[in-house]
Amino acid sequence: MAAKKMVKQTEPAKKNVSVEINGVKYSYDVEPRLLLVHFIREYAGLTGTHIGCDTTNCGACTVLMQFDGKWKAIKSCTYFAVQANGKKILTIEGMAKGDELHPLQKAFWEHHGLQCGYCTPGMIMASAGFLMINPNPTEEEVRHGISGNLCRCTGYVNIVKAILAAAEEIRSSGKPVVEV
Amino acid sequence: MIPRKFEYLAPTTLAQAVSFLRKYKDAKVLSGGMSLIPMMKLRLVSPQYIVDINNIKGLNYIKDGGRVVRIGALARHADIEHSPIIKKKLPLLAEAAPQIADMQVRNLGTFIGSLAHADPAADWPASILALDAELVAQGTGKRRIKAVKFFKGPFETALKPTEILVEAVIPVPSGPKVGQAYLKFERKAGDYATVGVAASAVLNQKNEVQSLGIGLTAVAPAPFKATEAEEILLGQRPTKDLIEKAAQAAADMSDPSSDLRGSAEYKREMAKVFTRRALNKAFERAGVSV
Repeated sequence: MAAKKMVKQTEPAKKNVSVEINGVKYSYDVEPRLLLVHFIREYAGLTGTHIGCDTTNCGACTVLMQFDGKWKAIKSCTYFAVQANGKKILTIEGMAKGDELHPLQKAFWEHHGLQCGYCTPGMIMASAGFLMINPNPTEEEVRHGISGNLCRCTGYVNIVKAILAAAEEIRSSGKPVVEV
Repeated sequence: MIPRKFEYLAPTTLAQAVSFLRKYKDAKVLSGGMSLIPMMKLRLVSPQYIVDINNIKGLNYIKDGGRVVRIGALARHADIEHSPIIKKKLPLLAEAAPQIADMQVRNLGTFIGSLAHADPAADWPASILALDAELVAQGTGKRRIKAVKFFKGPFETALKPTEILVEAVIPVPSGPKVGQAYLKFERKAGDYATVGVAASAVLNQKNEVQSLGIGLTAVAPAPFKATEAEEILLGQRPTKDLIEKAAQAAADMSDPSSDLRGSAEYKREMAKVFTRRALNKAFERAGVSV
C-alpha cells in the first residue's frame, strides 16, 4: 500500500479583529477563515443575525456596515471577519432605541410582514440599506431592492407593504433611516 | 460552510500586493469577494494565501476622462449603478449594473474583480467587449490588454498570476447618433444570465452604422464579441432583415452548453432573440427607427 502523502500544514496566523457592533466594541483574535456572521453570532453573541442558505442567496445574514461613513447592507456570510477590522456594524439588535421599535420593525409588526420570523432580521437590515439609497421607492423598486432576501412564508406581499409604510414614516419624521 | 485555512495578507500599496503575489505561488486576490468567498466556502478553490486589496487607497474611482471613462479596481457594482458619469457617458453599464445579483452583492462586488474572475455567465465581460475597453494589469510594470484579447475561457484570462487587474479604460462612444443597450435573460431575480447581450452603436447623419460593438455572455465557454454580426451591419442602414441576419450570425458564433438554465439549442435561439432585441433597442435609443 502506498504511503499516505504527507501534506505540510502550517497553521495560519490568527488575526486581531476589532469592530464596533451597535456602538459596542468587540475585539478577538480569530482565524482568517472565520466568516463575519460567525463572529457576530458566536464571538459577539448577537444571534439576531441569522444564517439561512450560507451561499449568498437568502440574505438572512444581512447586516449594515459602514464604508467611508456610509452604511451599506452586506451579506455577512460572504465576508471574512478579518476584513471587518476597524469597521462599524449595525445588526438587528441595534435598531430599536430602548423600548421604541425602529420604524421598520414597527411596520413589519403592524403589517404582518413576518410569519416564522427567520428571514426578518435580514429583511429589515436589507430594507434599511435600501431606504438609504432610495428613501421614496415605488412598490416595484422595493421588490427589486429586497430581491437578495428570501422569505418562504409570506409571499412578500406584507413585507413590501411594511417597507413602503416604514419609508413613509421615516420620510415624514425627517430622521435618518438609522441612528447609532 | 467553512473554507479551508489560509493566510490573510492585507497590503496597503499595490507594489506590496504584487510582491505578495510574486512571493507566494498559491495566492488569490480578494476584492469584493462575491465570487471568491462562495467558491472558497464550497472548497472549489482553496488558496493558501489571500491578498486583500481593500486596504489599498486610491483604487475606488470612476473618472470622467472626456473621451474615456476610467474605472478603478475597487469600484463596486453599486458605485457604477448610481454614478452620474456612467449614466451620462456609458448608459450600457448603468443598465447592466442593477441586473447583477442583488443589492447586498452589488454593494461589495467589484467591476474589475468580476472581469478578472471571468465567469462565463457574468454581465460585465460582454459589456466591455461591446464597448471595446482596455484593461490595465499591474505586475512589476503596467500593461494594457484589449478586452477582446482578455477572455480566454471559463474563468481564464490573459492576466498572469503575478498581476493584478487595476483599471478599465472604456472609450465613450461618440458620433452623430449614439445608442446602447444591455439585455439580460434570467431565470429568476438576481440569477446569472441565461444569455446577456450588450450592444453599442454609433450611426452617422445618414443613419449608416459607423461603429458597432456586440458582446455576448453565458452562451460560450467565454464571453465573446460577435464580430461577424457587427460586420453585417457596419456601413449599412439598419433594416429588420439585416438585424435578423446579424442576430443569426451572433447565434452561429455562440457555443452554449446545456445546463439547468436551458438546453444548448434553446440558448442558441435565445442568443439570437436577445441580440435582435438589443440591436433594436440600441438603434431606437440612437434615434433611428428600423
